[in-house]
Formats: sequence, C-alpha cells, structure tokens
Amino acid sequence: MNFARLVFIVAAKDLRAELRTKEAVNAALAFALVILLLFSFAFDPSAETTRDIAGGLLWIVFAFAGVLVLNRSFARELANDCLDALIAAPVPAAALFLGKVLANYFLVLAVELVSLPVFGVFYNVPWTSRFWQLMLVVALGTWGLAVIGTVFSALTVNIRLREVMLPLLIYPIMIPALMGAMQLTSDLVVGKPIGPENVAWLKMLAGFDVIYTAVSLLLVETVLVG
Amino acid sequence: MSTRDKIIYALALAAMVLLTRNIYLIARLPGELQQGAIFKIIFFHVPVAATAMFASVFSLAASVLFLITKNFKYDALAVASTEVGLAFLAANLVTGSIWARVIWGVWWAWDVRLTSALVCWLLYAGYLILRQAIEEPTQRATFAAIFSIFAFIDVPIVYLSIRLFRTQHPGPVFFTSQGSFPHDWSMILMWNMFAMMMLAAVLTLVRLREEDAQREIDSLRRMAHAF
Repeated sequence: MNFARLVFIVAAKDLRAELRTKEAVNAALAFALVILLLFSFAFDPSAETTRDIAGGLLWIVFAFAGVLVLNRSFARELANDCLDALIAAPVPAAALFLGKVLANYFLVLAVELVSLPVFGVFYNVPWTSRFWQLMLVVALGTWGLAVIGTVFSALTVNIRLREVMLPLLIYPIMIPALMGAMQLTSDLVVGKPIGPENVAWLKMLAGFDVIYTAVSLLLVETVLVG
Repeated sequence: MSTRDKIIYALALAAMVLLTRNIYLIARLPGELQQGAIFKIIFFHVPVAATAMFASVFSLAASVLFLITKNFKYDALAVASTEVGLAFLAANLVTGSIWARVIWGVWWAWDVRLTSALVCWLLYAGYLILRQAIEEPTQRATFAAIFSIFAFIDVPIVYLSIRLFRTQHPGPVFFTSQGSFPHDWSMILMWNMFAMMMLAAVLTLVRLREEDAQREIDSLRRMAHAF
C-alpha cells in the first residue's frame, strides 16, 4: 500500500473511534465554552477594547481546548495494548504519525469552528468580515498545534502526569505560532485584511508549520520505536 | 583523588582566581556618565548570557550524539550542560531585571530579548521536568534528547517572531564601530566571559560526576534485586 493510503487509513480509524464516543471532542467543546464564559468576567465584554485582544482570547481558548483532544490521541491506544499493535503493524512511523495529525487536525478544527461563532455572538465581534483570510490563519495555526501536539502526545503517553506534561511542553514551543495566529486574528476580526504590515506574521506561521512538520516526521520514528 | 577530580579542582581554583581579579578590576572602574555604577552589571549580564548560549549548543550536540550512538555518556552531558545553562540563564534574567529596575524603572519589559530569554528558560525547564517524569533510563534519555532538539530549533524562531514587535533592549556596545565601550572595558568583559565559561565547565563536570554516580547506584540496585 502506498504512503498516502496508509495515512488515510490511520486518520479514518482515529476519526471513527472519536466520532463513535465523542469523548474528547465533547469535553474540548464544553471546556472552550467554559473559558469563553470565564473571560467575560475578566474584563468588560461589551467594551470596544475587547476587539483588540480578540485574537489572543480566541487562541488561548483554541490551545487549551485543543490539548484535551491531543491528549487523547495516543492515550486512547493504551487500552488493550493497541499502541504496540499499531507500532508493530507494517505502517511506517511517519505514516502513523501523519494519520494521527490529520485526525487531530480535523477534530481541533471542528471545536474551533464551533467556538468561533459563539465567541462572535458573546463578545459582539464581527468575525466574518474577513472570513476566508481568517480561515487561512485558523487552518495554519491549527496545523501547527496538531503537529506539535501529536508528537508530544506520543512522547508523553507513557509517562507520569501525562495530562499536565503535554500542555507544559507544547505551549512554550508553540509560542511563535500562537503569536502569529493571535496577531493576525486580532487584525482580521476587526476587518483589517492581511497586507504589507502583517503579512510577516503569516509567513512566520507558515514557516513554523513547515519546519516543525519536517522535524517531527524526521524524529517520530525515534519517538515511537525508540 | 582521581585525575578527573584533580582537573575539576584545578579548574575551579583557576576560575576563582580569575573571577577575583575581574571583580577587583570592575569595582575600580569609574561609573558611566549616564548610568552611574549600575552599568557595571553588564560585565556579568553579558558573559552569563553567552555562557548559557554555549551550554544550549552543547546540550543540543550531546542530545543529537545520544540519538545517534545511544551512549549514555552523551545523555549525562546533555542533562549536565542543560542544568548549568539554565542556572546561567537565570543569572542573566536576574541581573537584567535589576538593571532594568534602575534604568527603565520597571523590573520587566516585554521586549524581544527578555521575552525570548524567558521562553528559552521555560523550554529548558520543561526539559528537566520531562526527565523527572520518566523512570526508564533509555526512554528518558531518548525523549529528553528529542525535546532538546525541538527546544533548540524554537529559540531562533521565537527570537525572530518577537522581533516583529519593537525592541527597547540596548544594542551591543562592545567591539562594534558604533559602540561607545572603551577597549580596555571590552577586555575586562572578555576576561569575565572566560571566567564564567570556566565556572560553567567546572559545574558541568561536577554534575557529570553526579550523573555517573547515580548510574552506578542504579546498576548496583538492579544487581541487588537480581539476586
């Protein structure tokens, strides 16, 4: 079987397993809503200034909720030694990894796409004014989160305090991507398009994704097999 | 005393002598025109930063070598230099903070260098926490090495990304044409850099010895359990 097909099979398996129970997605979604609610007490939610920090708020929500999905990605395989079976299966580690990244990507993206309109309604932010550019930023930022999150999900799956270790390790690494995504999102939700002033952030975000996808593919064999 | 211990003591002694000389020279320098005496912190602030940077390069090299050779010698080197580097980076952040309080009036500013140094510190602290959470030595060494590689790649990206904001950290002043740093001051700075590197080398060697002892204890314990 060729590589792309193997990736697809792993991704489909993960998505199917998640969609049958919906445990991670439901938890992530509920968590995202709770944080969005909490933010309304942190500052005046009707103020004009809310829009200036909209990007920051949104990506904090995405990153926090995303980790709940990512934590389950490899932990789900622990029962019945499924992880050992997956690693022993004639699937290259890179294909297994990419399949999991894709599945996580769609799950986190789904949580984000539900949180976005809720955020728009709660905080009166016209987030659709630059819809497609915003989608591009969300897509790139989420890819970074999914790649880094999946590598570290594999890295932390067998260790003590797994649930705490994942966010502890990935947030500092994610800082460049999160900064770019926050800046661009803040601009886009108030209707300021991507232009010469902020295109550098977009390049940074894309560069981050490319670099870390490459490094992860290179090192994932060592993470999974040892 | 083994030869290695003798080397450690000799290096430590040399570092102490050199540091004493440097502190004496720095204390005798006049205050700077605008900043007064507080400017002297640069003679420590910059050398500890350079040393921390060296340590991170060292731990990257050791981590990569471990992944290639699977020799635990390199794992010990990686953890030793990361820990020492972290301590030096902390010294860098603290001295910078003291300087900032006097000159800028605030303990902390969200500036390029400050933020990237802090991110760097957090990353390498994460490295040590990750090590603590893993029992099995091979897995601990492998995962720590992988994390070290990720962390090292991240630092320049963080620096570049935060550069897109404005900076207020002073630019380099020594050995550059625009700088106003007199040549003999630069020399003192270089000597202090040397002293700090020696200190770091001593600390790394001590830490390495500890790691060796730990491994020996572990293997003895395993042997005892085997019987």
